[in-house]
Amino acid sequence: MEPFVKHTGLVAPLDRVNVDTDQMVPKQFLKFLTREGYGRVLFYDWRYLPGEKPNPDFVLNQPRYKGASVILARANFGCGSSREHAPWAILDYGFRTILAPSYADIFYNNCFKNGILPVTLSNEQMDELFKRAEKQQGYRLTVDLEQQIVTDEDGLRYSFEVDPFRRDCLLRGLDDIGLTLVHDQHITGFEGKNLRLPVMYDPVDVKYHKQ
Amino acid sequence: MAARTLYEKIWEAHIVREEPGQPTLIYIDRHLIHEGTSPQAFAGLKAAGRKVRQPQLTFAVMDHSVSTKNRLLPVLDADALGQFEALARNCQEHGVHLFDMHSKNQGIIHIIGPELGITQPGQTIVCGDSHTSTHGAFGALAFGIGTSEIEHVLATQCLTQFKSKTMKIEINGKRPRGVTAKDFILTVIGKIGIAGGTGYVFEYTGEAVRGLSMEGRMTMCNMSIEGGARAGMVSPDETTFAYLEGRPFVPRGKEFQVAVDHWRSLATDAGAKFDETLTLQAKELAPMVTWGTNPGMVTQVTDRVPDPASFGDPVDREAASRALVYMDLKPGTRIEDIPLDRVFIGSCTNSRIEDLRAAAKVVAGKHVSKDLKQALVVPGSRRVKVEAETEGLDKIFRDAGFEWRDAGCSMCIGMNDDVLLSGERSASTSNRNFEGRQGKGGRTHLVSPVMAAAAAIEGHFVDIRDWKNADGAE
Repeated sequence: MEPFVKHTGLVAPLDRVNVDTDQMVPKQFLKFLTREGYGRVLFYDWRYLPGEKPNPDFVLNQPRYKGASVILARANFGCGSSREHAPWAILDYGFRTILAPSYADIFYNNCFKNGILPVTLSNEQMDELFKRAEKQQGYRLTVDLEQQIVTDEDGLRYSFEVDPFRRDCLLRGLDDIGLTLVHDQHITGFEGKNLRLPVMYDPVDVKYHKQ
Repeated sequence: MAARTLYEKIWEAHIVREEPGQPTLIYIDRHLIHEGTSPQAFAGLKAAGRKVRQPQLTFAVMDHSVSTKNRLLPVLDADALGQFEALARNCQEHGVHLFDMHSKNQGIIHIIGPELGITQPGQTIVCGDSHTSTHGAFGALAFGIGTSEIEHVLATQCLTQFKSKTMKIEINGKRPRGVTAKDFILTVIGKIGIAGGTGYVFEYTGEAVRGLSMEGRMTMCNMSIEGGARAGMVSPDETTFAYLEGRPFVPRGKEFQVAVDHWRSLATDAGAKFDETLTLQAKELAPMVTWGTNPGMVTQVTDRVPDPASFGDPVDREAASRALVYMDLKPGTRIEDIPLDRVFIGSCTNSRIEDLRAAAKVVAGKHVSKDLKQALVVPGSRRVKVEAETEGLDKIFRDAGFEWRDAGCSMCIGMNDDVLLSGERSASTSNRNFEGRQGKGGRTHLVSPVMAAAAAIEGHFVDIRDWKNADGAE
């Protein structure tokens, strides 16, 4: 996973509440076997007209937001399905960080696993950022995870909170499976005391069951 | 010892490692996987040279993309086929239990876990699917995870977790006629909003919840995620134990008694403290219908489509306006006047035998409206299908003009060919009415099985309480 320390980039505003992961990656794109290549389908039904022609009404299709790497969002961003295809698409499209007043639980976790920083700010702060991004062409923000601050070139400065453990993993780009396996002894110890393997009392036609 | 909640008891029993300032490492008792979200996790495992730590605790099924028509025909969707083959190969390589699409026990993962007794009280259960909360009905801690976490569980049989807050959701009094578990949970989500449960685990209780069958409790827990909650649970009781006894993976004889004694001890203690409480009175509840593009946009069947101007919060107003444009509904329209194109009875929310029995009672001797393009019944599992056929329910549905299908996720998510076409409107017993959920441009109204059945007959919504068989649900 690529570490996230500090990022400066063009800002795109997505001014909708409750954006669900079905909108980020619709179901027809959930059938692939890789984690790559989902940027093309991000917000597919909003972004494209029939024949995959870009929908000029959709905000990300406006030329001024081309190349954006910071996305502003509204409350409960990423609700619904657990599909990690959603953060994969966000990252593959080019976004490294999201700023919103709140996130849905599973999506929030999934972001950290993919080197995306979801920053939580207040509604008032988000209103101000939306205002600036819409008013000022080429509006850029810097998100500094080390200092836990968001700044722009006009002196705006917002600090944000993030769980220290998640912050540390993101700063160092840590593989959390590796982190857990450091505690293998604890896991083995727990299994020694508690592990009960499932027993099939009535045979059912399941493959690869070992008894 | 201080009084504890069910959630606290399960949490404490699964701590592998705890360190101040860090998330807790908890052990996972059952890992359920399906073809849709697991291939990348196995690929990651392979790339890192890791193995599945406990293949025997891992159960896989093909459900999301399977055809519900003739499964003996070749799979024409090459991408779906790729996922089926990947799942079969991964399970074989790692020795993971697999119910493939030809197994007699195949079905939606959240239907077959409980039905085979794989799901049991006190367990921690995860799956790369947000509706994993279903299994909480048994007094288990069950929640959906992303693909990176699937890989983490495959490799370590553990997850790093932050402890959730708890919310008691209590429904007092007796369940009114024609009002089902689906209406309970839609009411709850309507009250708290779709983010109202973020950061919480729900425990459902009160006389009306206690009076529900296991299947009803599963319907409620299933949709906990639609209220934003990490999980939903019900303390295990005699109803739970009676449901489990005799199922293939449930202990027998003396061992069963030992298990029951343990399971009984898991129930939330009297006087245990919750962070929040929501109390509802059953007698005030009614059949519910969603009118918008998320499950919180819901109202009673006797109501009208709301006017966005009536919402105090400008954000809600804007969201409601957008939703009504997408749904092509005018404020003030009576819910009962909304015409339908298709009806779908199925999904991990409402496709169990009791759901089908209740719907069959409503449609018996009647016929689907001529205005409808399709009415579909998709049993949640092949076991449910066989049971329903043994009882003659398939014949009742077919005679009434419904299509009777094989088991799978089907039109809830539309990953196979069961979809809404653009502009079509459905009454659906599933769990999500998001834009495009059942097909691009499709418009979904969520309802209970008896409400869907009656709507199929009339071609528009009706108040099931006005019908003789309103209480098919028992």
